[in-house]
Amino acid sequence: MIRQAPHDPALLARLRVPAVPSSLRLVRRVVRESALIAGAPEAWADDLVLAVDEACQNVVRHGYAGGSGDLVVTLSRSPAGDGVVTEILDFAPPVDPARVRGRDLNDVRPGGLGVHFIEALCEEAGFAEPPEGAGNLFRMVKRFAKADDEG
Amino acid sequence: MTVDITSRGGARVAQLSGEVDLERSPAVRRALLDALGAKAPLVVDLSGVSYIDSSGIASLVEAYQTARKQGTAFVLCAVSPAALRVMQLARLDKVFDIRATLDDALAAV
Repeated sequence: MIRQAPHDPALLARLRVPAVPSSLRLVRRVVRESALIAGAPEAWADDLVLAVDEACQNVVRHGYAGGSGDLVVTLSRSPAGDGVVTEILDFAPPVDPARVRGRDLNDVRPGGLGVHFIEALCEEAGFAEPPEGAGNLFRMVKRFAKADDEG
Repeated sequence: MTVDITSRGGARVAQLSGEVDLERSPAVRRALLDALGAKAPLVVDLSGVSYIDSSGIASLVEAYQTARKQGTAFVLCAVSPAALRVMQLARLDKVFDIRATLDDALAAV
């Protein structure tokens, strides 16, 4: 069912795709263009693309545990206009946030980098209360650098 | 995304290009591990990589570890700015042997 949501002037884009690897390319395109529309520099937009891709991968890889489902990516301007808020919603069984953590970078092995990338690239990242009927809501805030932080 | 494996002298050269993401990294992983099966030095040219995520980096790490175990050289070269950014985030730019050009890498193996 499609309903008209209340007008949200901060909304940049909302994308609902199947939670499969081949959806991620489309997610990346939408994230990048949304960040640029919000006024982000190119390199900043590329960093947000990686962080959101990694968060969506967690849903694709672990969320539905072999079953199928969708993920909904919502990108908005942050309330203070100083960055972009990304929310990733799924309809999978609830995850235990304690099990989602990065690895020690000194331990060189193939896995465990995605969560590290998310934490390195976003000022805030974590699970939030999902709306009724949904599974998990992962929320990330990435802020533009202040002018005196550059360089 | 494509991965082309060629022979240059005694070494194998794997040329990756495009977006190495969750959809495509399994093919990259297989191609690199297959190439290492020849027990020859492996050079991975990343000049054409426009995007790489943690799954693509994991494929490189697995190839790197396989090469170390069997005692063959594993060198990355011509790493694109997009790929270098991700390697720096993972602090793997100090772990991998990275050379500026393909010729530099071939001279090193």
